[in-house]
Amino acid sequence: MHNNSMIFKKKTPLLVFLVPAFAFMAVYLFYPFVMNIINSFSDIPSLGASSKGWLDPWYSNYQRLVTDPYMRTAFVNTMLMMLCTIVFQVGIALILAMLVDNIRRGSGFFRTVYFFPIVISATALGLMFNLLFWYDTGPINTILLQFGWDHLVNWKEDHWMFTMFTPVMWQYVGYYFVIIVTGLNNISPDVYEAAEIDGATGMQVVWRIKLPLLYNTLCTCLTLAITGALKVFDLPWTMMPKGIPLEKSWLTGTYMYKYSLGGANNIGYSSAIAIFIVILGVLLSQLANRIFKEKDY
Amino acid sequence: MPNKTAAVQLKRRRISPSKIITYIILSLWAVTTIFPFIWVIINSFKERKYILTQSFALPIGELFTLNNFTETFEKFAVGPAYRNSLIISGTVTIAVIIISGLCAYGMARYNFRGRKILQTLLIASMMFPVFSTIIPVFSMQTKWGIVNNTVPLSWVSVILPQIAGNIAFGTVVLMGYIRSLPIDLEEAAYLEGYGVFRIFFRIIMPLAKPSFATIAIFSFLWSYNDLFTQMFYLRSADYFTITRLLNEISSQSGGTNHGWMAAAVVIVVIPVLVVYVFLQKNIVKGLTAGAIKG
Repeated sequence: MHNNSMIFKKKTPLLVFLVPAFAFMAVYLFYPFVMNIINSFSDIPSLGASSKGWLDPWYSNYQRLVTDPYMRTAFVNTMLMMLCTIVFQVGIALILAMLVDNIRRGSGFFRTVYFFPIVISATALGLMFNLLFWYDTGPINTILLQFGWDHLVNWKEDHWMFTMFTPVMWQYVGYYFVIIVTGLNNISPDVYEAAEIDGATGMQVVWRIKLPLLYNTLCTCLTLAITGALKVFDLPWTMMPKGIPLEKSWLTGTYMYKYSLGGANNIGYSSAIAIFIVILGVLLSQLANRIFKEKDY
Repeated sequence: MPNKTAAVQLKRRRISPSKIITYIILSLWAVTTIFPFIWVIINSFKERKYILTQSFALPIGELFTLNNFTETFEKFAVGPAYRNSLIISGTVTIAVIIISGLCAYGMARYNFRGRKILQTLLIASMMFPVFSTIIPVFSMQTKWGIVNNTVPLSWVSVILPQIAGNIAFGTVVLMGYIRSLPIDLEEAAYLEGYGVFRIFFRIIMPLAKPSFATIAIFSFLWSYNDLFTQMFYLRSADYFTITRLLNEISSQSGGTNHGWMAAAVVIVVIPVLVVYVFLQKNIVKGLTAGAIKG
């Protein structure tokens, strides 16, 4: 893979190739990340101001983190979001991908259509779903009435979790769909031919061939679902700002925002929540990788 | 599609009940992804009071109006917001192409000590959630004096973090593509007397065009849609982007002016829809390429 061509013997041009990118990342990712850890132990009066020294005790933000009941709410909601992401986003995507794999006509169309919500800003989607779920006579309630529902549902108050999770799930199904379809296309036709000769039924092909051969692809999806669920911000913030109703709908991301720009001003605490998000992401994706080790075929 | 044997093809050509069910299920999901957008577009052309009372009626006759759009354009600076979005996201896109292109070429073709470590750093950079860097970046840029300053400087305060957020992704995708290119062309050019930079700009960039296109589209969309960074740096209406403006319209309409809400969604979605229809192949490929490699 590495080559020893004459062109690349002289190493000085390498500086021009690498320095801009790594300088950018050093200044805008690595340095701020370290600063963020330091900030979480420091007393910072306001956003953009410099630190007034260490907190006393230095770990007090983390102490608060474990006792804060709303942080617990945010944590539980985020974990539920992650679980739903894995079960519904990846699950629905898997079923749709298996179905598309059986047809020829229209598979391109379905891919294009399923993927579309991902390129739309979550802010616009949040606003759109605000209208769709509108209480009292929004379109969803109108449809339900047509189908014999006996009352109008106050979605954002009484079913806030469903109302907040559904759009997030819906938006990203297409993403996992495309990844799984790519995985299915990578399965060698020889395998199917062999199965055909052995007289395997359609269901057997799914369970004995497609699913096992998709194992690595599904591992990728799992990691993406874990890290993705921790990054969700725009859609919940547009639909359920400030934890409405009654501070029940916080997620770790929106709760972190609350303490920087979202009303409550506590930069150190906000930084501590951000660190918590990172640690959670690293731990859970490592755990998932341990349990579901990628296989070589 | 893999080539299957003739026997299999023959069998597949018959329309079986299972195939009909397959199409029905696939179409149902397609309806859920298309219908909400059609609903919003239709309703944005309706008189405000009818949007929720007659939400499935077509905007014909007395229901039809352009008021939602004219009001939104009058009350909010939609035109300048488009301009701001175009400038910010356009600059981010160009910078990401050049910086990650250079980096990818260096990483793909050179042998040097520390290559492995840099590669690990690149992959790690893709995992940093924006939450964990935004506050220190904000204070750093405040110290530089570019936050909440004049218009061009405030653009810069959004552009720089967004570039940084896209470089790793761009480099990883391009690196894979450049590695797959045969080196013969570069060697031939070298014998012709081309320097390594001329090789990069004249040979690699044109050859890797599809990959660059993917990254361009993806960086642009990501920057255009990224509300979180824009909330931090764009606080005065003069430099609002389209997405930031949408957030403003949503909070100013108090959640009750359904006309504005529908019109605002359409204003944001239409440019993306147009881009998507023309470039969807590149977009779909690009997002998954990044995901699978990462």
